[in-house]
Amino acid sequence: MAVLEVSHVSKNFDKLMVLKDISFQVEKGEVVAIIGPSGSGKSTLLRCINQLERADGGSVSIHGEYIFRDENGHALYGDKKTLRKIRLKIGLVFQNFNLFPHMTVLQNVIEAPIRVLGQDKESATRLAIELLKKMSMDTKKDAYPCELSGGQQQRVSIARALALNPEVLFFDEPTSALDPELTGEILKVMKGLAEEKMTMVIVTHEMAFAKSVASHVIFMDGGVIVEEGTPEEVFENTQNERTKRFLQRFQNE
Amino acid sequence: MNQEEIFNVIQILLQYVIPTLKVFGATILFSLPLGMVVALLKMCRLKPISWLTSLYILIMRGTPLMLQLIAIYYAIPYLKMNTGLPKIIQLLLSYVDIKNESYMFQAVITAFTLNYTAYFAEIFRGGIESIPKGQYEAAACLGMTKMQTFFRIILPQVIKRILPASSNEIITLVKDTSLANVIAYAEITLKAKQQMQQYSSLVPLFLAGLFYLCMTVVLTVIFAFMEKKLSYYK
Repeated sequence: MAVLEVSHVSKNFDKLMVLKDISFQVEKGEVVAIIGPSGSGKSTLLRCINQLERADGGSVSIHGEYIFRDENGHALYGDKKTLRKIRLKIGLVFQNFNLFPHMTVLQNVIEAPIRVLGQDKESATRLAIELLKKMSMDTKKDAYPCELSGGQQQRVSIARALALNPEVLFFDEPTSALDPELTGEILKVMKGLAEEKMTMVIVTHEMAFAKSVASHVIFMDGGVIVEEGTPEEVFENTQNERTKRFLQRFQNE
Repeated sequence: MNQEEIFNVIQILLQYVIPTLKVFGATILFSLPLGMVVALLKMCRLKPISWLTSLYILIMRGTPLMLQLIAIYYAIPYLKMNTGLPKIIQLLLSYVDIKNESYMFQAVITAFTLNYTAYFAEIFRGGIESIPKGQYEAAACLGMTKMQTFFRIILPQVIKRILPASSNEIITLVKDTSLANVIAYAEITLKAKQQMQQYSSLVPLFLAGLFYLCMTVVLTVIFAFMEKKLSYYK
């Protein structure tokens, strides 16, 4: 069974249709890259799956459990308890990190495991240190976010998301707020996660990264999936005019 | 005034520090939590609730505290005389004993609390609204409940942000307690005025000023300490 199943999702902001009939699946261990121009609906799609926006139609399920399902063309959401349960199975890494500024690095990572999963402090801390080590951030565990570089903050926020042991990890343009020289360290971390077969869905503008790490690429424009396939199919052998134009613009930059 | 007289005045004024601090303390005790409640009500998605709260804040901030104090103090005796009021209001009014010694204090606290709640509410609302949306979203994605998000993530950051504005308001409150003298509540300013008349001297007023200054200096030091304590993050 697919880890994530998205079918016929639609979303309007007032009269503006931002997502039209979006369908795709993510299998376990897959890395899906979603690319496309600004305003194409990539982030909105991610936010609908993460329950930060409410979809208007279609259905999304994680391991067969529905966040919302289509009922006569309307998205019918699950009850609160189910939604909360599903929420813990998916993690989200934000463009702006969104670390809690009043907490240290370690506190940021153990907050949810303790408060939400009910872990005791020792085991939560042990796991957190392990994750921070993986992100090479364990030496900074007592620092506050404001004392860290953007790249370091983003690595902490990845550790924070991983601390809940999610089945799918979503990234919303994780490197867009970073200086070019800091982008590399985040991409390296993500590559490492991909090698460990972490299931990931990544909205990104890093074409080279998408090409080398993703197992599946989705190109979105104007709220629809224009094209999808393996990186080779989308990046090298595309027959689609819109995809071609988009990729060309990126190469020219 | 000679030295002995000055000591005499200081001693009298010292006795009225407690009544002054009682007004200050009770107002803080009630208006801080109420201010948070009113701030949340104003941000309520139900428009009528939000409008009513705005109206309350408009009236409290738009009219003088002294006027409010006089109005509240005299309102209840006047209303008690009015027999045309609905039964339920008459019943409620019957619980207020205007002959009781503490009635004056109750009236003062009610007026100050109503007024300061409005100011604190606006400070708190500004603080809450200044927290980036991303903080709520991050907490939600981590599965935190609304309560957990508010108390663990939002409130600690709000407190840091509102501290300068709140300390301003709290220092103003120390000085505003002197308004209670208009309804003859015995506090420092009222007593200083009486002493001024008795001795035909401005010294009691000057001394009263020093008393207020001492209290505000203490508060200023406390708030500076708190701000420093909270400066460990940006």
